[in-house]
Amino acid sequence: MLRFSRTKIVTTLALILVGLSLAVPSFFSPEQRRGFMASLPGWFPSWIVPQRAIVLGLDLQGGSQLLLEVDQNELVASQAKSLRDDVRRVLQQENVRAEGGIQLLQRGVQVRIPDAAARAKVLPKLRELAQPISNPLVGQGAGRTLDITEQPDGAIRLALTDAGITERTRRAVSQGIEVIRRRLDSTGTTEPSIQQQGADRILIQVPGEQNPERLEKLLGSTAKLEFRMLADSPTGDVDLLPSKDEKGAKVPVERRVMADGGDLTDAQPAFDHQTQEPMVSFKFNLKGAQRFGQATAENVGRRMAIVLDNEVVSAPRINTPITGGSGQITGNFTVAQANDLSVLLRAGALPAKFTVVERRVVGPGLGRDSIQAGKLATLVAGALVIVFMFATYGVFGFFANIALIVHVGLILGLMSVLEATMTLPGIAGIVLTIGTAVDSNVLIYERVREEVRAGRSIVSALQAGFDKAFATIIDSNSTMAIAALILFFLGSGPVKGFAVVFILGILTTVITAVTLTRMMIALWYTIARPKVLPF
Amino acid sequence: MRLLRLWPDESHFDFMRFRRFSFPLSALMSVATVILFLTVGLNFGIDFKGGTLVELQAKSGTADVGAVRHTANGFGFGETEVQELGGQGTILVRFPLQPGEQGQTAVMQKAHGAFDADYEFRRTETVGPRVSGELVQSGTIGVVLSVLAVLFYLWFRFERELALGAIVGTLHDIVLTIGIFVISRIEFNMTSIAAILTIVGYSLNETVVVFDRTRELMRRYKTIPTVELLNLSINSTMSRTVMTATSAFLSLLALVLFGGEAIKGFAIVMLAGVVICTYSAIFVSTPVLIYLGLMLSGVKAQGRPAGGRVPQAAE
Repeated sequence: MLRFSRTKIVTTLALILVGLSLAVPSFFSPEQRRGFMASLPGWFPSWIVPQRAIVLGLDLQGGSQLLLEVDQNELVASQAKSLRDDVRRVLQQENVRAEGGIQLLQRGVQVRIPDAAARAKVLPKLRELAQPISNPLVGQGAGRTLDITEQPDGAIRLALTDAGITERTRRAVSQGIEVIRRRLDSTGTTEPSIQQQGADRILIQVPGEQNPERLEKLLGSTAKLEFRMLADSPTGDVDLLPSKDEKGAKVPVERRVMADGGDLTDAQPAFDHQTQEPMVSFKFNLKGAQRFGQATAENVGRRMAIVLDNEVVSAPRINTPITGGSGQITGNFTVAQANDLSVLLRAGALPAKFTVVERRVVGPGLGRDSIQAGKLATLVAGALVIVFMFATYGVFGFFANIALIVHVGLILGLMSVLEATMTLPGIAGIVLTIGTAVDSNVLIYERVREEVRAGRSIVSALQAGFDKAFATIIDSNSTMAIAALILFFLGSGPVKGFAVVFILGILTTVITAVTLTRMMIALWYTIARPKVLPF
Repeated sequence: MRLLRLWPDESHFDFMRFRRFSFPLSALMSVATVILFLTVGLNFGIDFKGGTLVELQAKSGTADVGAVRHTANGFGFGETEVQELGGQGTILVRFPLQPGEQGQTAVMQKAHGAFDADYEFRRTETVGPRVSGELVQSGTIGVVLSVLAVLFYLWFRFERELALGAIVGTLHDIVLTIGIFVISRIEFNMTSIAAILTIVGYSLNETVVVFDRTRELMRRYKTIPTVELLNLSINSTMSRTVMTATSAFLSLLALVLFGGEAIKGFAIVMLAGVVICTYSAIFVSTPVLIYLGLMLSGVKAQGRPAGGRVPQAAE
């Protein structure tokens, strides 16, 4: 008990010192840390200086968190619609007429071709529409995107398969993450975090002060831009879409798309030379420019419809063919709106419609207040427990208090090196840890007292106290660890921060409450040589 | 120097006698909790219920709760709760869940439109129907899983009767903690699940410390009546129990008083949890062992019988 090898003492102290020094960067702002690193002389090895710091959670530093989910219904509906267009194209190419047109089903389409010969001609072409799903995990056997069946009455049904929809969702999410990253990057947002969550969700965390509504619009908008023609009558192959010019009244728009946002190479906010109205000017790529030029040449005198997310933003009259490959979108925008629209067009459209299913926004004021309150509570709790321990155990309480301070320091050090996230519940975890960490010391001390009462000498009582209490310390910390681990795996965000603090606390308590306290007591005993237990 | 001593060094208190009061009391409180839980229910926060929560800070420093309530109810989103927080011009407004994932966006827009002029939005949270459903699921799984995991640990680490006693105590503590949530109307959200799991951990901690001692005493005294054994276990660990409970209580008290509004609910529940856990370790899970037919070490020394329960004649 009282003999520690020199190596053991040095190793323990070194470990503790390193652990504590890791926590230091977390007490400074990133600017201060950078300034310090810059002020170091050139010969000084910079890797020695700990630089990683605890990350503040959004609930403490303020910021926005959005959880976007692929709209499955919309995804299936748009898949079915594009399938309908494909089928129509096939029928036109093969010159086959479907009786009653192409029926749109909930998850696919159906065409009735009573003539068996015509049916036999179209069927292989339709089968080509079903693409194999290449899944690197399952290989080619993963199935196809379409399930094509012939009904007895001469109808052919093309149904979207589950595997196809899952695959489509997966692609929508991974492409969506790219698009959202481009959008955030071009707004100059600092350190956003964009992650996939589950199969069909994207979690976006943007620290700092933001206009949450603007952010949501920027991230949640599909930004699907189409250049179509206004139709003369609301019948035939037209969609009825709300028009911004007409205050939301529906106008007929031809279904045929002349060019779309995918053909753009650039978009910038600009001002109309005559009216000084904010607008967005754009440039087409070669293919887009050709198609757009041709379409405008064919339709001089008619009105074009610029459709953004199924709303007609503006419907300018085509006075001359636009062959230069560039143009403008006007539509009563404010400067900010024109700016955001150009960001959206540059970053491209989201591959599917995403809905916001969870949104948490914390203003910087609340975060600051929470940190303040958390600091105060931690200090008060620390002071109360330290006084209490000292009042009860005297010099042994003093040792326990040093162990406690080192304990909290080590938690912060480990969190820093892991770059773990500190949240408000995490601070609560620190405060709670202050209260429960002394439990190990209390277990040991009370045991020592008992052993002395039972007639042992101080040395053997100390020895027995540490030995016997150790099993109990392991038991009681294990039970705590079980609860904390489950919390870590199930919790999200702030609650996870709490679990992290707790788990690290359990790990470090063994070092501080057992080894460190033991060393201090051994040192004290060798110096003081007490005849009676001082508490 | 005279040092503080909260519990006498030598105590021979007959804790087991109190089971005549503590068992009916605990049973009554547990049944009352179950009834209240089923009738009144928990005050679910938006994590589990879905909906929109807005925390407003009056720019002028004083909030007009009545006016905010009137305006918010005028939106037509259904029953809207408005509550003053801390009294420094901060109010919480809770809008119920609107149908569809998109429905919540309209609430946000209306709220910003109406309150942006006079209030700063300190916090807004929106949880759609699907996410809240999943959170309920993962929260429930968490609590069930932790009880199972703990059961597993105890089964490995302790004799069957001790493990059973600890589980009775833990369930008792979970039920009463939920009772605290029901009665206090403290919002039940994801952080509350964290509180419950922490209480599970603390409850076991308290029980395990006593039972570790029980086991040790069982080995030392071959023939000792169960009641005496358990009284001895509690008396000899009591000074530690009081110390740890006090220091946990002090630190949580600091959290309640200074930790701020956002964490107050959590802190209050944890504070109550420490009291409940300490009570149950002494007055519930330990005396329960009397009825579980605790195996005595005299038998144990000859190896553990397969049946578990030892006939009294073996003594």
